[in-house]
Amino acid sequence: MSLKTETMVLNMGPQHPSTHGVLRLELKIDGELVLDVKPHLGYLHRCFEKHAEAMQYNQVVPYTDRLDYLAAMGNNWGYALAVEKLMGIQVPERVEYIRVIVAELQRIASHQVALGSNAADIGAFTPFLYLFRDREHILSIFEDTCGARMLYNYIWVGGLSHDIHPDFVKKVKEFVSYYKATIIELDNLLSYNKIFIERTANIGVLPLDTAINFGASGPALRGSGIPFDLRRDDPYSIYDRFDFEIPVGKGLQGQVGDCWDRYYVRVREMEQSLRIIEQAIDHIPEGDVQSAIPKRIKPPKGTVYTRIENPRGELGYFIISDGNTNPFRVKVRAPSFVNLEVLGELCKGHLVADVIAILGSIDIVLGEVDR
Amino acid sequence: MGLLDKEFSDGNIVIAPVEDLFNWARLSSIWQLGFGLACCAIEMMATSMSHYDFDRFGVIPRNTPRQADAIIISGTVTLKMATRIKRLYEQMPAPKYIISMGSCANCGGPYWEHGYHVLKGIDRVIPVDVYVPGCPPRPEALLEGLLKLQDKIRNESLRKKSA
Amino acid sequence: MKNAEEIFNILKDNFGDAVIALDKDTPTEAVITVDPLKIHLVGEFLRTNEDMMFDSLMCLSGVDDANGKKVKDADGTDIIEGGTLSVYYHLHSVSLKHKITLKVSAPREDAKVESVENVWKCADWHEREAFDLVGIKFLNHPDLRRIMMPYDWEEGSHPLRKDYKNPEFYQGMKVPY
Repeated sequence: MSLKTETMVLNMGPQHPSTHGVLRLELKIDGELVLDVKPHLGYLHRCFEKHAEAMQYNQVVPYTDRLDYLAAMGNNWGYALAVEKLMGIQVPERVEYIRVIVAELQRIASHQVALGSNAADIGAFTPFLYLFRDREHILSIFEDTCGARMLYNYIWVGGLSHDIHPDFVKKVKEFVSYYKATIIELDNLLSYNKIFIERTANIGVLPLDTAINFGASGPALRGSGIPFDLRRDDPYSIYDRFDFEIPVGKGLQGQVGDCWDRYYVRVREMEQSLRIIEQAIDHIPEGDVQSAIPKRIKPPKGTVYTRIENPRGELGYFIISDGNTNPFRVKVRAPSFVNLEVLGELCKGHLVADVIAILGSIDIVLGEVDR
Repeated sequence: MGLLDKEFSDGNIVIAPVEDLFNWARLSSIWQLGFGLACCAIEMMATSMSHYDFDRFGVIPRNTPRQADAIIISGTVTLKMATRIKRLYEQMPAPKYIISMGSCANCGGPYWEHGYHVLKGIDRVIPVDVYVPGCPPRPEALLEGLLKLQDKIRNESLRKKSA
Repeated sequence: MKNAEEIFNILKDNFGDAVIALDKDTPTEAVITVDPLKIHLVGEFLRTNEDMMFDSLMCLSGVDDANGKKVKDADGTDIIEGGTLSVYYHLHSVSLKHKITLKVSAPREDAKVESVENVWKCADWHEREAFDLVGIKFLNHPDLRRIMMPYDWEEGSHPLRKDYKNPEFYQGMKVPY
């Protein structure tokens, strides 16, 4: 006699400790096996695009902070680049160098939270504490520089809101040498941890062609084995002057493109960011960081799309200007929004507990998914 | 004035009103609902991590509202989420406390004017005990908010309230 | 690697009237205007043709052009009648490293655009967002529901339209400040 079974629907979220915010997943499950995943978004839809239309160009910058709140520097920068491109502003060298350094520091800080919460979700709580300890060093550097810990409003159109703190160079150098040694701790504690590998290797394998077709970017794409990084493939600012590698997933613990690969790409990316900072920190030229900030921002009529490599992937700003002081339309192409779309493909056929591991390895921030 | 600060001469006996005992017990182990909404949630996480250590005030995150004493509304509340927060609040056993963390939860924050999908203040849906201003508030500010909540609990009365 | 003019000419040869115009006046990027009911064919061609290889859709944005006539509503607020809604497609080729921007426009009252969801999978949610916030209907989209706003939000109310009016209450909660 065979038992009749039924599939059941399990709601994960919007209040759930492992969904990284207010995401709701509707799982169709057969026992523990996931048959289908339907994400429901919009629980943090804060109307960014409407606000951008109602503000002047420079007033939009603080709102961009609140998109991907773990990587606020990158958001500021992407927006500033777009408006600068539209207006044809050339920013001073000093500004470029400072922007690169703060963006790379931000990438490290963002990956620290990503890795920590990925591990904490699947049961390894200790690395979370260690990563947050190191993150505080970066936050204190930022606090010296612009007065805020998380949402900076630092990179403005044409320049920066403040010059760097006199101790900035010294503190960054201290941090780089400190973290170069400490990152090994993370490898020993987590990367090669047997239990962690069991939970993440061969789970949620993302094949390369699916990744490209779904538009995945950032570590989610590079984990599948293609070295595509906008800092090198579509260079902006002064990234072409620095020497760095682009880590890709190689399937060291399982198949190429599994959760462990995406995790490991982030760890190695932090090292590369340290490398870039090391090359840049000694060469900050003298100058005024506010000299290129226009008195009145009124770009010509037209459209512009720029993209930068944020910690989570390709962050694009599409701006339409109608020649007024307010943008006519600002659309954000948020990396998490696009990366999250692939979740349904990845989770099929895995267990419910694996959904958490996969979601953590994609690393979403609901602020920019819902905007 | 804490319960144990009272002087006593006789062995292990403390004489105190039962109110004081209850309040002391409640304020020293506020279990919060592990629940983050937006940017402020990251600062809330930072507060419970190694540097600021929320745990020393007896605050630990519980993942179910049925076992939680307090809920920290950490971030922007949207209309879609507000109905869910109300349900979470109703699921919590009394006595229950609310800390509204950050400008968005207090009054809509930067989204007050054009936020067509943002609830302008969580107090339109559930009652709030302590407001913590900031965008986002520093971890120290959240700690201060918690101390204020503890003060509030310390002076609570068990007597039936006369309306 | 091809520039916008070459791409426009190739498209013109293959699709004739479905490819309407090339706008080179914008300061940063050229925009090719395409027929909204042929965009999926143009997209499929751009993705598969060996000289094009546009395998990644970077961004898809719905825009309210607000180029219609402004008239007063019954309660005295401005609404827009006529004019168009547009969709912008930003394409990039990973292998050939060239970019192009496509644009389609459809009448505001009944904006219908063919879905490119089966050409680039990532268009799925972008199109749902454009439907939700701007109110463009994508034909042949598998699952065209609201994505950001609640499912029970007022029918036909799209927040990113320039003449959008916020409701006073939603489920008993006051919406304005």
